[in-house]
Amino acid sequence: MKHRTLHPHRGFSLLLGLALIKVPAMLWAQTPSMPEAARQLELVKLVREDCGSCHGRSLKGGLGPSLLPEDLRDLPSEALRETILKGRQGTAMPPWQQFLSEADANWIVEKLQSEFPDVK
Amino acid sequence: MRISMAVLLAGALLLGGCASVELRGTGDLGVVIERTRGAVQVIDTSARRSLGEIAGLGDLSHASVVYSRDGRYGYVFGRDGGLSKIDLLTRSLVARVMQAGNSIGGAVSQDGRWVAAQNYTPGGVKVFDAQTLQLVADVPAEYAPGKLSKVVGLVDAPGNRFVYALFDGGEIWVLDPSQSKERRVTRFPAVGREPYDGFITPDGRYYVAGLFGEDGLALLDLWHPELGVKRILPGYGRGEEKLPVFKMPHLRGWAVAGRQAYLPAIGRHEVLIVDTASWTEVGRVPVAGQPVFAVARPDGRQVWVNFALPDNGKVQVIDTETRQVIDTLQPGRAVLHLEFTPRADAVWISSRDDNRVVVIDPATRKTLAVLAADRPSGIFFTSRAQRMGF
Ligand code: HEC
Repeated sequence: MKHRTLHPHRGFSLLLGLALIKVPAMLWAQTPSMPEAARQLELVKLVREDCGSCHGRSLKGGLGPSLLPEDLRDLPSEALRETILKGRQGTAMPPWQQFLSEADANWIVEKLQSEFPDVK
Repeated sequence: MRISMAVLLAGALLLGGCASVELRGTGDLGVVIERTRGAVQVIDTSARRSLGEIAGLGDLSHASVVYSRDGRYGYVFGRDGGLSKIDLLTRSLVARVMQAGNSIGGAVSQDGRWVAAQNYTPGGVKVFDAQTLQLVADVPAEYAPGKLSKVVGLVDAPGNRFVYALFDGGEIWVLDPSQSKERRVTRFPAVGREPYDGFITPDGRYYVAGLFGEDGLALLDLWHPELGVKRILPGYGRGEEKLPVFKMPHLRGWAVAGRQAYLPAIGRHEVLIVDTASWTEVGRVPVAGQPVFAVARPDGRQVWVNFALPDNGKVQVIDTETRQVIDTLQPGRAVLHLEFTPRADAVWISSRDDNRVVVIDPATRKTLAVLAADRPSGIFFTSRAQRMGF
């Protein structure tokens, strides 16, 4: 799973190598649109600080539910991405698509389901 | 080398000793939360500087502070459920209990003997002895068999009581901890969908809960609880679609300017003006974004408003006579909180992303001082000790 966190530029040749071994088709398709390293830092901050105002900075939950890996791991990532981008009607969960691209949201979901980085 | 170390140490101890016996009052003190460090800075609002810090307070995102009636001790409620009692004079942590999984605030009772914490998980209220932090009462917010609600909007009220709202349960509860377990809670069910915060008027008579799940607010007249909870400002959104709310607004305590209350609308870029005698809408002010705090200057002449994303770098000033925005300030990125000194000679504003607290003269809007702070959020002055609701 490590190769998913690689910096896009440095990761390129490595990815080619990996692709020769066996990279699942879906991952291969996602990698090119992964947010840049600088954007990833912004996303970490956004999630911890601004999503954190409802879900807690530690993501353990607050007004909104926990976003810890053990609670999200088994949920379909598609649906989680939709929740983040479009919000949930009739609940306090707002749509974030004015701030986040699909690639951003995919990256956030992936990190939430595995291990979400800390600020700095 | 060893000797000079010893001298340094002795010096430090002496200095520490001096600080702890410094003779001064606490009326012009306060704290600024440094949310990621789990620390607070103790600040002096006369000198407009930091006196030092108190660390080791746990997860302080969304933390809030209330004070003992002598203004010496602060009770800090952390997101991780920690309740810490700090001493502003000696700048030290006096006591700390982990009292819940997830907590957002609390209040001190009218007589100063108790401090109550409102909790998200497990949903409910816990009351502690304000001196020792020993548990006095544990009141789960069980609104249906086996179902606990997150508790919001907790205030203290006359009669040594606490009033709060149940986010999931849609109820308002009045708690009198001196009563037996069976009699201590008076429930007001079905007040509206998803109350998200509440406030009590400065005279301690009316409790108002804002509703997230529908347009309107719930009003309880504590002089006449037998009349029940009544809905005010029903349908203020006029059926129009709500704009997204990227941060929950807060109502706590500062909404009333003269006879009017200024309240953030939900999903609308407006501040609603409510007459506190008739509790009807008397106007609304269009503002720059989704309001989070609408804070009345203590003399009631202005109301200052900050905003949720993406407008969280702005602060707007409403003139209460003309009910117009008279100024838009940009004191820094991610403005999280603002607090007036009790006689309104200054307003302190925290900018999380610029790592600073800006002190502004509300009359001229000139910057009086800038203090460095690490990702500051809430600012709480000891003058809260003298106010109903905190
Ligand atoms: C204003 C409060 C608020 C903010 C801010 C907020 N959320 Fe939510 N979120 C909620 C609530 C409430 C729910 C639960 C909705 C429901 O009842 O289905 C939720 C649900 C979710 C879920 C689904 C969890 C599950 O178990 O199904 C995800 C994922 C999520 N939020 C991610 C985010 C992310 C990422 C951000 C920031 C970009 C964010 N949220 C910001 C309130 C918020």
